Amino acid sequence: MQEASPAPVHVHAPPTGFLRKHVFSLDHKVIGLQYYGLALAAVTLGMVLSWLMRLHLVWPTAKIPGLDLISKVGAPGGVITPEYYLSLLTMHGTLMVFFVLTNAPFAAFGNYFLPIQIGAEDMAFPRFNMMSFWTTFAAFCVLVLAFFIPDGPPISGWTAYAPLSAVGSDAGPGLGWGQNLWAISIALFCAGSLLGALNFIATTLDLRAKGMTLMRMPICTWAWFITSCIALLAFAVLLPACLLLILDRTAGTSFFIPSGLVISDRLQNHSGGSPLLWQHLFWFFGHPEVYIAILPSMGIVSHVLMASMRKPLLSAKVIIYSMLSIGFLSYMVWGHHMFVSGMNPFSSLLFSFPTLTITIPATIMTLIWLGSLYGANLRMTSAALFALGFISMFVSGGVSGFFLAQPSIDIYLHATYFVVGHFHMVMGVASIFGVFAGTYFWFGKMTGRMLNETMGKVHFWVTFIGTYCIFMPFHYLGLVGNVRRYSSFVDDFMGPLMPVHKFITIAALVTGAGQLVFLFNLFHSRFWGKPAPANPWEGTSLEWSIPSPPPWNNFGSVHPVVYHDSYQYGVKGSQGDYVMQDSPEQIVGG
Amino acid sequence: MGKFFAIILVTIAIASAYPIVAHLYVQPEDISTHGHAIDEQLADTMAESGFAFLGAQLLLAFFVWKFSERKDGGKVRHLPGGAKVMVVAAFILVGTEVLALGVFGQKAWASVYFSPAKADALQVQVQAGQFAFYFRYPGADGKFGALHPDKIDEGNSNFFGLDPANDVEARDDVVAAELAVPVDKEVHLLMHAKDVGHSFYVRELRLQQDFVPGLDLSLHFTATKLGKYEILCTQLCGLGHYNMKAYLDVMSQEDFEKWMKEKVSEQ
Repeated sequence: MQEASPAPVHVHAPPTGFLRKHVFSLDHKVIGLQYYGLALAAVTLGMVLSWLMRLHLVWPTAKIPGLDLISKVGAPGGVITPEYYLSLLTMHGTLMVFFVLTNAPFAAFGNYFLPIQIGAEDMAFPRFNMMSFWTTFAAFCVLVLAFFIPDGPPISGWTAYAPLSAVGSDAGPGLGWGQNLWAISIALFCAGSLLGALNFIATTLDLRAKGMTLMRMPICTWAWFITSCIALLAFAVLLPACLLLILDRTAGTSFFIPSGLVISDRLQNHSGGSPLLWQHLFWFFGHPEVYIAILPSMGIVSHVLMASMRKPLLSAKVIIYSMLSIGFLSYMVWGHHMFVSGMNPFSSLLFSFPTLTITIPATIMTLIWLGSLYGANLRMTSAALFALGFISMFVSGGVSGFFLAQPSIDIYLHATYFVVGHFHMVMGVASIFGVFAGTYFWFGKMTGRMLNETMGKVHFWVTFIGTYCIFMPFHYLGLVGNVRRYSSFVDDFMGPLMPVHKFITIAALVTGAGQLVFLFNLFHSRFWGKPAPANPWEGTSLEWSIPSPPPWNNFGSVHPVVYHDSYQYGVKGSQGDYVMQDSPEQIVGG
Repeated sequence: MGKFFAIILVTIAIASAYPIVAHLYVQPEDISTHGHAIDEQLADTMAESGFAFLGAQLLLAFFVWKFSERKDGGKVRHLPGGAKVMVVAAFILVGTEVLALGVFGQKAWASVYFSPAKADALQVQVQAGQFAFYFRYPGADGKFGALHPDKIDEGNSNFFGLDPANDVEARDDVVAAELAVPVDKEVHLLMHAKDVGHSFYVRELRLQQDFVPGLDLSLHFTATKLGKYEILCTQLCGLGHYNMKAYLDVMSQEDFEKWMKEKVSEQ
């Protein structure tokens, strides 16, 4: 144990103007909340788009009131056209992957809690931090603008495969200015994320409080740190890829477009490019992105579980090493998205092996979570329920990865609903469960008021059962050979599967309605919730040592000093069965 | 709440597994010579993944049932053996699975991609374009005429951009909108895209391969059952993507010859 005492620090005065306080704030906590708000807006929009898609799939002629006001061409009389379905699909995927799954678990919670958990006053570069949020916000506005231009949003999917995305409006609606806006938006998003990632890394390495060794950092801090290392390398590849795409589209270059293409009866004036180059660049980002979405949730869930179980995990070190190896392996697996792309078939085997291998650290983590539950004294709060739900979803979504990691099975299942079920469960729902767990756990800290637990539990049950009802049947559809990205199933083969599609649509609407309980809870509790004490869950890490919400510079006029590992649960402490990280008391028993 | 969680989770796990165990949703009948290897691999993976899925969910449910909101004073205990047991278990369980599936399970992939088509296979060129497939047979001379993208003229049914006026080899080429093949005869598909990316997917053949603009790709298969099967585009290719399909018509050798004669007379 280290001998140290709190040292006084130089204190910056809090900002007084409205703009500096709430809009262009340099405070990591305000920026964290801004990211959360942006993710909330994006997830609401993304979810509404998914409802429209699901409605169109099962009732293609249904009139959706008001939709024609947004797009007269895409939804004449409120009826969605096949090409507008593809626009919805593209925007849904882009919003969810970038603006929800990257923003919420990583940028929002990471910004808010990483500095606090390591005992810092703010991020290393507060101005960069503000810039990273506002760049991301600009990216969001540019993307959403695509709904309101005459060309409409792009129809090339969130993966924007070239040359469909590169040749311009000859290839179809939305591929003119719609696609330009998409590429500009993603390039901006990459720039914002790069700034954020750099900031997270510098903060973690440089601003830790006295006694906060790397191995004493909470698991979620580790997760955000590893995620920022992944993000730094991943977005640094997607950014130039988007710039090249913009050049192909606007400056007449041919990075992704080969010669001899005849589109809309016109021979295209391009030569020498390679569509596979886009796929390699995109997936070199795209697969690590999956871990950018899931690792922070793994960290949050571990953090929440320990406070709920009243005992530490079997080994925090093993979890951290597993996350590190997942981060490392995540760069060797991108080709499994391209087994049937025309890439050399020998390289498929090379990509298959690390893809299967990555299940080893993932399984280790799952077994550590499960094994840690043994002998626990589990408090079933809403946060704990979502953390347990995460484990269940992660397993369900993970096992289907076994199929898709094998080229010989992917040859049948590729581009079917099996893939859609797999990635929605593992990177979508599991990751969002981590965000929900974090929200129920930390809302009190962030706002000073507790979320309502009863509403939280109702929200959990609707979401848990609902998401299984939506995404498990996707796997069955895929096994039969139901292909994805079709706006309707015009043939006899998929006709008999329509009852399953109807079931999924109804489940999606009900589960979506269940999210209103969450939204209501957020807004109601923000103003009228029970006042939050400093440490409502009897947690041990530094965020629980300061008031809820934390003051402007987090720890007041002292630097905190850390004496213990982050998770001293199940011990005899002066306050109960735990000892806070910054408490100098000796730990007895365990 | 813990016991309720456990009951719901067990119900979900069983309900999720039931359609698989009862074979309610399975792939359509295989009509290829290589497909059984894919189906076997799929079945093995399903068994192993199913075991992992049910094992983990039931264990989760059991532990939550047993260790939530305890009334026994709440003293926490640790799993005997600790993390080491879990790490070793993961390495043994998943490591074996990785080796089994990853190394020894690539037979099907190898049979599709690592052996070239036989020299006497029926060569058919497939062109994918927004939003139709066209198939070209080399005709009596056994040779395909050269492609001239600038001569593509859909209004005059010159889908491939052939130049029969100057190109002798192109004159007897047979172009069709369906893929007719004789049963039990190897087919060698020569694939190219006219405009953007597309894909060739026939469920019953257990085959899927993208068309990549600028790349000449090939695929070979032998169909073993007569009948008509859907060929679907599975690479998002634009507004008509959902409607881009053709048919694979597997015929007897005699019917195929008859079909070819009809097509020749139509050209």
